[in-house]
Amino acid sequence: MSVRRDTAPDAEQPTGLDDPAGPPTEAVLDLRDVHRTHGSGTAAAHALRGVSLVVRPGELVAVMGPSGSGKSTLLTIAGGLDSPTSGEVYVEGQPLHALDRSALARLRRRRIGYIFQQLNLIGALTAVENVALPLELDGVGVRGARRLAQDALTEVGLTELGDRFPDQLSGGQQQRVAIARALVGDRRLVLADEPTGALDSQTGEAVLRLLRRRVDAGAAGVLVTHEARHAGWADRVVFLRDGVTVDSTAPLVGVEALLAGSGR
Amino acid sequence: MSIRYGLLALLERGQMYGYQLRAAFEESTGSTWPLNIGQVYTTLSRLERDGLVRSLPESEAGQRPYEITDAGRADLALWFATPISRTDRPRDELAIKLALALTTPGVDVRAVVQNQRTATMRTLQELTRLKYTSDTPEDLPWRLVLDAMMFQAEAEVRWLDHCETSLVRHRPPASGPTPNSEAVGRSDEEARR
Repeated sequence: MSVRRDTAPDAEQPTGLDDPAGPPTEAVLDLRDVHRTHGSGTAAAHALRGVSLVVRPGELVAVMGPSGSGKSTLLTIAGGLDSPTSGEVYVEGQPLHALDRSALARLRRRRIGYIFQQLNLIGALTAVENVALPLELDGVGVRGARRLAQDALTEVGLTELGDRFPDQLSGGQQQRVAIARALVGDRRLVLADEPTGALDSQTGEAVLRLLRRRVDAGAAGVLVTHEARHAGWADRVVFLRDGVTVDSTAPLVGVEALLAGSGR
Repeated sequence: MSIRYGLLALLERGQMYGYQLRAAFEESTGSTWPLNIGQVYTTLSRLERDGLVRSLPESEAGQRPYEITDAGRADLALWFATPISRTDRPRDELAIKLALALTTPGVDVRAVVQNQRTATMRTLQELTRLKYTSDTPEDLPWRLVLDAMMFQAEAEVRWLDHCETSLVRHRPPASGPTPNSEAVGRSDEEARR
């Protein structure tokens, strides 16, 4: 990943609904007028065309949109797996474009958790080894990493299954291991891309419950989904169309008002 | 569904007076359906007229309890045994609104779709929050009511997604003046609320 030069402020108004001038210190994730173009010239495909998004601690934001709306691109850019063509990304106040390769890798391994539909569990490693892997790669001692991994497995309800290999676990359990790996240690930003993909509705709900719980404990979460049912778990829902945000639900307040208004 | 069968079902548990019925009704629907006491008494007097309940002598405190009759029990059993017909439900105002929006010049249909989706999504968030916070076994009836409302909201969002996809290929009917999207489209300012 190359270090991007600083671009001049874009004359175009950001189309995002978040205030990019908000306090960056408080935000765990801060996307500012992010553009991402694949290819160039007439073949250029604009995946994102000026998206701004701020996610604070304790906040779960769902990004909804049809295929090709740019939502997965948004997530990979938020997680430092891809860089924007223009615009800036801050994670816990750190500008990703200013980090060198190893600092970025470190941030990704320590502070950002990813939950994908593809679990990417390593078949030759046990559950607890899979979960400990990112920490060990980052230089945490084996014993410490295992202890944190065990804690994460407990958090997802798999305390007893740490010694099993992925093929000895059900689909739902494998997904939980993948979530434990995303949550292990002190992850402040959890990014999930259609995390309930192949799971039945009860198991899928359990996944969202885990994500919700971690966010309620102070992390920031971004959930990319096309399922309204899953987006319902978020504090705020952002709608993405053709690379721009078109609308956003206001943060939840006064849930009781809903009941008063629902009598017919 | 009518309040009528709700009250009959509650009276099947035993005799009750108006305020008790209202409280029990709201409890069993998790307060998703608030009743005012006037509705309760109006419904009771109709049920009594139809011979489905019978009023008992007033208590010393001036409360008049009601009990279900055999005819009432039969009617209630029939209600439980009969599926609810879709044609008995109120007409879907949203579907009619979108159909009219498509054929009315100057209406920004996409804005109508998006505004509704945002509103429905928000309802779904609120329902999910309520469900997440009620997690005891005693809450099961209430959670099932919530689930029903959530599935309805989800279905509406899916239908709106479908409408949006269909609109991409839609050419609006030729209209005279420039479309006045302000009339229906919501400004960013309002969207932020």
